[in-house]
Amino acid sequence: MAHHVNIERRRQAVYGWLLLSPAVILLTTFAFYPSLATLWSSLFSRGTRRRPSEFVGTENYTDLFADPTFWKVVTNNLIYAGATIPISIAIALGMALWANSKIPARGFVRTAYFTPTVLPMIAAANLWLFFYTPGLGVLDQIGSLFGLPSVNWLGQPETALWAVIVVTIWKEAGFFMIFYLAALQTIPEDLKEAADIEGASRWTYTRRIVLPLLMPTTLFIMVNALINSVKLIDHLFILTKGGPNDASKLILYYIWEMAFAFFDAPHAAAMTILVLVVLGVVAGIKFTILDKRTHYQ
Amino acid sequence: MSALSRHIEAFGALLLAVIWISPLLFAFWAAFHSTSDAVNFNVTAPWTLDNFRVAWAGAPWLQYFLNTFLLVTVILIGQFIVTTLAGFAFAQVRFPGRDFVFILVLMQLFILPEVLIVENYAMVSRLGLFDSILGVGMPYMASAFGIFLMRQAFKGVPIELHEAARVEGCGWFGILWRVYVPLARPTYLAYALVSVSTHWNNFLWPLIVTNSPDTRPLTVGLSIFGAPENGVDISVISAATMMSVAPLLVAFLVFQRQFVQAFLRAGIK
Repeated sequence: MAHHVNIERRRQAVYGWLLLSPAVILLTTFAFYPSLATLWSSLFSRGTRRRPSEFVGTENYTDLFADPTFWKVVTNNLIYAGATIPISIAIALGMALWANSKIPARGFVRTAYFTPTVLPMIAAANLWLFFYTPGLGVLDQIGSLFGLPSVNWLGQPETALWAVIVVTIWKEAGFFMIFYLAALQTIPEDLKEAADIEGASRWTYTRRIVLPLLMPTTLFIMVNALINSVKLIDHLFILTKGGPNDASKLILYYIWEMAFAFFDAPHAAAMTILVLVVLGVVAGIKFTILDKRTHYQ
Repeated sequence: MSALSRHIEAFGALLLAVIWISPLLFAFWAAFHSTSDAVNFNVTAPWTLDNFRVAWAGAPWLQYFLNTFLLVTVILIGQFIVTTLAGFAFAQVRFPGRDFVFILVLMQLFILPEVLIVENYAMVSRLGLFDSILGVGMPYMASAFGIFLMRQAFKGVPIELHEAARVEGCGWFGILWRVYVPLARPTYLAYALVSVSTHWNNFLWPLIVTNSPDTRPLTVGLSIFGAPENGVDISVISAATMMSVAPLLVAFLVFQRQFVQAFLRAGIK
């Protein structure tokens, strides 16, 4: 009998690994091996025809830390994250509260909020180009109605990054709204009734009951928004190409530029590792602290 | 008082909706008007299809559409196969090492394919897949997110059905194919919508891996078409943009409810 159980167990193991093998092979090929290979190649110098690549330890990293462009890009990305995450979450929350209340043309309102989500970032950038173009763009035309001078939104260092940030917020707020909308619909009606009986104002009800109940959703969205602040860089290719003077350059764009425009793979690899470390910390926080405190099901 | 604030809120909601949709509306309007009318906001100007004619002649759009269509199809088929098998293994088969592999898969949720562009590019070239649709699609097939989603769906299947099928003489594959897959149909639909809209819109990785009009997807084609070096004017760019977003946008407007449900099902774990 024990023998029989043993065979059954072994059979399960074989089936299990067979079923997993396509996923394991693909994940190894395109995620785990590349991560290790990136770490490895970040420790070597860039090979040229005269000087083959050699082991340089952490030199690529110290180069980066001494590179003012790197710090500029990191600062930009921190501003990008620091602006897009809270603002898009706040707008998403507002949208969800409105789209969930009894207002006229609710269908249209919901559709309008969500539509940017289904557009490619490249197309979104093209649409916004029409707004930002100096002289001809919509923003300048509106400004000129009030006698404001023409502004080169994308061409000057003070505004370029913010112009990019606006497009990102526009793109992701509607997406985050959906998650809030779903969460709002799970809040029982009697809470509202109880609050009404107690004479609580709508504002008090929202602040003291709705917002705390939305906390798990907010954390989930926050992690997503954080990942997006690394990932969403497509519009840079259309709007600014990171310029002027690196004013709107973000990390992933810089990695791309380093590797595929300057052909400096080792420094790109070092930067990739730094990003992976940051993402790893975020993952660690999410899986240990947040998942313990919030329950999704 | 409360009625007044309600009106103000309704107005605010509508105003925000109009602002939110306005970039799309402007581009739509500009696409059907001559450039000078578009930039001067000549509301009474005649409508024209010239921009679409110019845009259409300016790039091999049909090929781009076909490439994007093939790309999302290849990715979706690959993802369905890989995530179904892995999701089933994680949900219903007990074997040593399973939990360890599952943690590895969860880790991949945070190792974004976008970040590993340099080494993935080297890998795709080594496999001889550079400038091929398979090369663009392959890194996305073992989606950790999809595996996670399928595992959740399969966990919800009552074990009695599994046992019944086994008593009837179904093998592992038969049980998976006849019991689990049909019951997880809503999850497949949700995953398909999310996957298709993600990869229809993906840009950076296809930009790196493709190098010819024969493989380039729409997004990459659109970015090349609209590059300032090409000196295309704003109405023509708007027309090209409208053309390339139209299929997904129309699909979204028609299947709005399913789309939103899909994103929800995919997002809430």
